[in-house]
Amino acid sequence: MACFLVPATEAIIVSVAIGVMTAKEKKAKLEVKQGDATLSKTEHKPRFPFLAKLKWLASLLWGGAFLLAFEHLWHGEVVPWFPFLTAAANPEDAIEMLKEMGTVGVTMALLVTGVWLAMVGITHLMQKRSAKVNVAEEA
Amino acid sequence: MTLLITILAAVVSTLVWYRSPKRAEMRLGVLSLMYWGASIMWFVDAIFEFAELKEEFFNAALADILNDSLLGISVVVLGLVAWLILVLIKDPLGVIRHHKPDNE
Repeated sequence: MACFLVPATEAIIVSVAIGVMTAKEKKAKLEVKQGDATLSKTEHKPRFPFLAKLKWLASLLWGGAFLLAFEHLWHGEVVPWFPFLTAAANPEDAIEMLKEMGTVGVTMALLVTGVWLAMVGITHLMQKRSAKVNVAEEA
Repeated sequence: MTLLITILAAVVSTLVWYRSPKRAEMRLGVLSLMYWGASIMWFVDAIFEFAELKEEFFNAALADILNDSLLGISVVVLGLVAWLILVLIKDPLGVIRHHKPDNE
């Protein structure tokens, strides 16, 4: 009915967080540049090393919500006129829709976030192990 | 069928991302994550549908299977179009930004 609205809301929140972090990162880079002209771009340590990985979550959420919205359009559950959701037209369907958002929608958002957390954890471990191997090889 | 077709698109796009040396420039990661995101969401949808329908879940009518397949293919195409628009807007190779009409 409108389950995609829950991950879409999370996608908006994540995108705002990415925007704020990116702006702070840019500001910090500019301060480093102005403070020490000899410091190259590569020497600048990012304030939010987590930022690139947060973009994965945004892609998962936006992509999923967008394609799911199309599916709802296909099934006539989303319409291009007010109130845009056919279930929102009468109170009985609206209650059913809210119930679905609370169950299916929330589970979707939680599972996507869980998968993303697993991705972050696994890549972190792989990179850590690779760095350890490199150090051992150099020694 | 929509779920299966989307998972197939996610697997193929992930393999292309893994093999391509231009994965960052071409934003192949975004395409792959977009399909994975949709696959996870449809997987959840399928679990809830299965909990409701039980055995009937596996006894879909041919017309429904065909409709779902067509939806799955449309979803894959829509994902590709969205990704193409993103690549053209970002223009990583500068093809549009540095385009000169005389070069044609």
